[in-house]
Order: sequence, then C-alpha cells, then structure tokens
Amino acid sequence: MSVAAPTSPEPGTQPGPQPDPQQAGPISAAPSVLRRLLSRKLALFGLFIILICVGGAVFARWLAPFDPAEQFFDGLTIEGSPMPPGPVYWFGTDLLGRDLLSRLLYGAQTSLIIGIVANGAALLIGTLVGVTAGYFRGLIGAGLMRFTDLMMAFPALLLAICLAAIFQPSLWIVAMVIACVNWVQTARVVYTQTSSLAERDFIAAEKTLGAGHGRILFRHILPHLMPTLIVWGTLGISTTVLLEATLSFLGVGVQPPTPSWGNIIFENQTWFQAAPWLVFIPGAVILLLALAFNLVGDALRDILDPTQQGRD
Amino acid sequence: MTQPALSAADDVVLRVQDLQVSARSDQGLIPLVEGLSFDLRRGETLAIAGESGSGKSITSLAVMGLLPAPAVRVTGGSIRLGGTELTRLPEKKLQSLRGARISMIFQEPMTALNPVMSIGRQLTEAIRAHDPVPMREARARALAALQAVRLSQPERRLEQFPHELSGGMRQRVMIAMAIALRPDVLIADEPTTALDVTVQREVLDLIRDLQRDLGTAVILITHDMGVVAEMADRVIVMKKGRVVETALTPELFEAPREAYTRELLAAVPRIGGGPARPDLPATPERLVSFQDVSVRFPIRAGLLGRVAARVHAVEHVSVEIFKGETLSLVGESGCGKSTMARALVGLVPHEGRIEVAGTALSELDSTGRKALRRDLQIVFQDPMAALDARMTVGELIREPLVIHGIGTPDAQRARVRDLLDRVGLPASAMGRYPHQFSGGQRQRICIARALALKPKLIVCDESVAALDVSIQARVLDLLRDLQREMGMSFLFISHDMAVVENVSDRVAVMYLGQIVEMGSRAQLFGNPQHPYTQRLLAAVPVPDPRRPREALARLAGEIPSPVWPLGQGPDRVQLQDIGGGHLVAR
Repeated sequence: MSVAAPTSPEPGTQPGPQPDPQQAGPISAAPSVLRRLLSRKLALFGLFIILICVGGAVFARWLAPFDPAEQFFDGLTIEGSPMPPGPVYWFGTDLLGRDLLSRLLYGAQTSLIIGIVANGAALLIGTLVGVTAGYFRGLIGAGLMRFTDLMMAFPALLLAICLAAIFQPSLWIVAMVIACVNWVQTARVVYTQTSSLAERDFIAAEKTLGAGHGRILFRHILPHLMPTLIVWGTLGISTTVLLEATLSFLGVGVQPPTPSWGNIIFENQTWFQAAPWLVFIPGAVILLLALAFNLVGDALRDILDPTQQGRD
Repeated sequence: MTQPALSAADDVVLRVQDLQVSARSDQGLIPLVEGLSFDLRRGETLAIAGESGSGKSITSLAVMGLLPAPAVRVTGGSIRLGGTELTRLPEKKLQSLRGARISMIFQEPMTALNPVMSIGRQLTEAIRAHDPVPMREARARALAALQAVRLSQPERRLEQFPHELSGGMRQRVMIAMAIALRPDVLIADEPTTALDVTVQREVLDLIRDLQRDLGTAVILITHDMGVVAEMADRVIVMKKGRVVETALTPELFEAPREAYTRELLAAVPRIGGGPARPDLPATPERLVSFQDVSVRFPIRAGLLGRVAARVHAVEHVSVEIFKGETLSLVGESGCGKSTMARALVGLVPHEGRIEVAGTALSELDSTGRKALRRDLQIVFQDPMAALDARMTVGELIREPLVIHGIGTPDAQRARVRDLLDRVGLPASAMGRYPHQFSGGQRQRICIARALALKPKLIVCDESVAALDVSIQARVLDLLRDLQREMGMSFLFISHDMAVVENVSDRVAVMYLGQIVEMGSRAQLFGNPQHPYTQRLLAAVPVPDPRRPREALARLAGEIPSPVWPLGQGPDRVQLQDIGGGHLVAR
C-alpha cells in the first residue's frame, strides 16, 4: 500500500493542463481535442493519408487520367501481359490493359464506403449488443450473447454468401452483409468489458445518486469503452476491405467492372509473378489506410483519456 | 521482547548505512529514501512506521533486492547482511540469499501465492530451490513449517489450493514459507493490514512466538502504531523518505522527541479517546427502520443454473436509525455489514421491510425511489474506484444536481464551489480529474458529492479504512462538523473498533449476518456482554507498549460459513434487553 508510484510526482500537485473550471463538459472540449490531435506528428501524418484517400475517392472523376473500365489496346504488351509503371500508365496496367491508377482512384470510393460505413455499422451493432447484454444481464443478456456465440460459430463467409445471394448484389448490400458478419467480435469484447465496468463502485455510486440507465450507459460506461472501440474500429478497416475483396472474388461482392481495392488484388493475383506491382500497389494502399486510421485512433484514445494527460 | 537484550554489538545481522534509493524521472533522479541507517540484531524486532509515501516499503524492497530496476535503484549507502554487501551483489547471488537468509511476508497473501499450485508444491519448491533435498524430506519440512504456524489439519492443507483457504490461513502459509528455511532476517510488510482484527491478533502472536523460538530478526513495516506498540523493540519513524525519529518503543510512545511523531501518535484513534458527543433529544425522531430484514444471494449450479444453495448475508435484522445520530455497524469481513448498507440504498434486493421516513422501500415506484435518493447517500471505501476517472471533479459533484434537476447551470456551479469549500478543497479543483488528487482529497470529493443533495442520512461504508491515520482523523472531524451543522444521520460501517468508539452514538455488532449486541456507545464499550464483542475489543492493538497483553483465547476453528443449502438457515439469534436498551444475544 505504501509503495508510492515511483515515477509519478506527489499526487495533488501533478502539473496538468488545467481547463477553465467554468467549462465543464465534453462538448466544449471538442476544439481542443482537434488542436491536440494536430499537434502530434504521427496523428497528423495519419490524417494526411486519410485526407488523400478521401480526396482521391471524391474527386476520382477529375483526377483519374483514364476511364477505369476501358481496356486499352496499348495497355498490354505484344505478348498480352500487363504494362509495368511508366510515363503513360503511372502505376502500370492490369491484366486486361486497364489503367491501375484510375482503378485505384475509383476503387477508393468502394473501399472507403466498405471500410468506414460497413465497419462503422458493424462496430455500432456490436457495441449495442455488447453493452445491452453486459449492462442488463438477465434473460436479454443471455439471449443476446447466445445469439452472438451462434453467429461466431457459423462460418462468416458462408453467411455472407447466403445473404449476398438473397439480395441483389450492390455496394450497399455488400456493406450491410459485411456489417452483419463482422459485429460479433466487437460484441463479445464490449460485453466482457461492460459487465466488469457495471460491477465497479463508481457505477454503484451513480445508481445511488439516482442516475437513470441512459445516463449511466452514455455518460459513464461508453466513455470507458472508447479505447477498446477505437482499437477495434481501426483494426476492422483492413479486415472489412479484404472481406469485400473475398466476396467479390466469389462473385457475390461488388460487381465487375466496378473496381475496389480488394477486387483489384484478387483479379490480378494470377499475375503476381510476372507483374508484382498489380498486387503490391493496391496492397500497400490498403495497408497505408489502415495504418493511418490506427495512428489517428491511437492519438485520439490518448487525448480522450484524462488520466493520460501530461504524459504525452 | 520488550526487555531489549541489545548488549552484544557483534549480534548485528543486518546493517544499513546511509541508504539512498532514487527513482528516475524526467526531472532527473528523485530520492525516495535518503540517509537511512540502522542495525538489526539477532532476535530483535525493528518497526519501520510511517504513512503512505514515507518510503518504508521501498526500504524493504531495497533490502530484498527487489526494487523495480532500472526505474528505481539504490543510489548510495550500503546494506550488509552478515559480511555480504547486498547492494552490489549480482542477481544470481541475491536469488540464493532470498528465502534462505532474508525472507519476506507481503500484505496481500492471495496475490503473493500462486493460485494454480497446491500449498504443498509451493512450499516444497521454495525449500528445494535453496536446498536440493529429496522430495520426501522437503515435504516433511513443509509439513513441519505448517505445524509451526499452527494451521489446523496441516496434512490436508498441503493438498489444498490458495483459494480454498481463508485470508488468515493464507497469511499463515506465507509465514510458513518465509520461515521454512530459517532465515536470519524476516521482513513483514504490513503483514496484517488486509486481515480482520481478531485474525490480525493471531498472526501477530504467531510472529512473536516464532521469533522467540527461532531467534529470527524481524523488520516490521506498518502504518499502525498499535501494531508497533505490541510488537517492536525499536521503532524508526519515517516521513517522505527521511528518518524522523529512532527510539526504543517505550520511549517513543512515552516521550516522542519530534513534532511529527507526536502528531502521528495523537492521530491514532484510541478506545476511550473520542470527544464527547452532543446529547440527542430524549424522544428522537425515527428516520430509518429495518424490520426483520434478510438478504440472501443464490448460488447457482449445474447446467440449468438452478439455485443450489444460498449465502445468508443478512438474517432477520431489525435496527432503527434516529434523526441526527450516528449508528455504527461493526463486524469482521463477511459479517453482512456492507450488505445491509447496500440493501438500504437499493443496490441489492432484500426481504423484510426497510422504512425510510415512514415509507417502505419495496412500496415505492420509480419516481418515489428517485426522490428517496435525495435522502440517502453513500460514501464508499475506495474513493478512486467510486469516482468516474473520466470526469472532472466539477462535473462529478454537479452530477447529482443535474440528475435531480436542481437549479440552473449557474446555480449548480455556484453550489459545487460552496461544497468544495465546505469539504476543504479549493475551487480550482473543479477543472481537475480525480487521479490528480491524494486519497484523502478524493474521499472529500466523494463526501461533497454525497452532500450535494442535502441528504438526511449518509452511509459511510468503511469510508476511512483506506486512509492514513492523520488523514483519517481529519476526515472524521469533517464528518462530525457536517453532522453538527446539518443535523444529518450517519450509518457508519467499520471494522475498526477505535474509530467506531470515536464517532458513534449507538453501536450494533454483527456476526454472520445477525446482530449479536446493540446499545449506546457507553453501554457497548463500557460493558460488553456478548463474547464476540469482547473478543473484538480484546483484539484491538493498543498503542501503549507498557500495557500488559492478555493472551487471546484462540478460536477452535474458522468462522462458520454463511452458505446454507436450500430450506436451511442459521438459528435465529434472540436479543434480550439487559437494561437501558442494551440488547444482547442470548
């Protein structure tokens, strides 16, 4: 009990940013969160990459040098193999002689929607299920968690194929299918954390103050789940982008010739030996985007945690 | 032991000279312990006393060579064990000394024992690590060690796992492990802080007997001056890493030289040392009444989760709390005192009838329950756990006002400032977070939060148990002042008889979920009738080394379990009035 944390100074005298005592509340803190995010080099780098990707997707029509679906006659060599990166086709061409850069730019539209919308929806469903089951327990909790276990045990790909086969494949249906498959892990993790949080003294203290369920859930439990949610959210981006690629490969994803980062890799994987850039470049782009979200997420997690303040 | 046999200087087993331990930080090295010197002689007990942050535990870790290097390390001075300099010894050599020549008992026996290894395996492994004897002999020695610490059924204990033993038994296993190799020096770091007071007494008696039999030198690290008075030959008082005073125990208690030592001794709560309490009106108004209240928790088992047994945490308790009084519930862990508090504030369901100001809790709808929250507030034991670490202190104290929609935002903020001022914290605390405060300050924040709704009753569930004595005294003063000013009642839950004696008007003693004795403070402390009450009082360490210690009759076994199969339960205790409202179990 008396081993004082050796590296931290005397409690109570800890220097820390002292926000104006008049402004209590998370909403008024928003501008300072952005400012502190921008003051971190790694987070800034992450934000920069995300901005490039979003910009590329939104302005693809004007930025792309070619039509992504057009198969160019001079896009293939005499032997019929793809062109390596060069002055005309900056990132080279794919197996059908289409411009890779243009496909990547248009593919960003699909992949960002999948990575952000589908992944966000999965996170939302998982959080709702996990928090409800962990906080209310009882029959509702047991029912929800058994359903989650069932979903976990069921092969995700098979489920996705079934769902995609029932509905007419389109981008939004694919996003929905991915959300329906990917929420289970989040739900499991959030459930465990919520049920341990719900047993803590500060939640008991809130109850004795007369706080309602809504207040306890949104003001006290959710903020404590933020670090977990941020980690799962950022990890989910690359998972969902690749899951979409798998679905496309199986013919139930985004329909060709619409490009997505995932289906670019899958279409071209047979050419991996002869034309490695066809796999490396889109792979690197996916990796970079996931990394960027990770960096921003890490920084956000630290900034939003008041107990981390002054330890940048 | 109290007659110091300290003549022969060559008896020194451990010599610490000018020890300096520092922690690395951004601002360079921060000294945690400075200029500490002492000699420890064979058969002697040296107490290192001090409050949290005094460096007493760091000292013991330094002697053991267990400092969390490289962040914290010895930066000066020497520690000599016999002829060996420990500060410069390589880790391999230190390992062979630890356990064999110096060993240590920790505060929390559950975390210090390996939960997946049987007691026997842990003991034999410890023995064989230093002394490669055959398995059979190691086992025999382990058995002898368990017998030496007076564990019942030692053969059976060898096969058991730590979770199957009670806290006191685990601490005895730790002691058995520590003495199995007959070390020269035994370091006991708060060995009884996590134990109940009667168990504490037994463990202290045990350490004293073992020391007499084996001649081991003991370093006792503690914050409890009562334990110091009972155990130590000499005392070192430390504060913020420096030695304040070194003296023989009787001298220290009778004529402390330093102001800090006097403060520390004055802050120790003593039975009979509390200030007189204002008289309550002759016909006090009843605020809360428990009528035949029971709380039972189901234990589910099997595939379908059927209820297999019940924990009878509270059994048929009837108590009243009057306006403006402090009622204390005392008892040892597991006696149901905290469960009563939780039932009152609605955190656990109860059977029977709890009335607050004439209304039964079970008859309230949700609006009524919410309104009732304004009258009943609770302050928990650990303030860090009871405060949401992600909210500022201003938000936390304002929250009860927001929940109940009291006042405009400006009025609420003004009230928060008043409350902070009332509990002795500056208004600048509003923008800071709980982790930026010390333990005592955090408990003040919790009190301010409880006060925000102007409750009629505040439940203090071991609210001062985790605080240092000097801070404890100040928090108790604050509670007393608040009661005088606002006239609220307290339900004070504690295991500490001395604290209870200082704050209560009436006291109820609980044992296994039932009240065994209840009466006014004078009745209960002046004329304790029930054997359990007498036992609790006799077990309290008294900060007076000259006071003769009566040997405490040992309990035949452990306290019985409150778990009963369905349809069964403990016998109901009948309380008898022996005059003036002093109720005693027959």
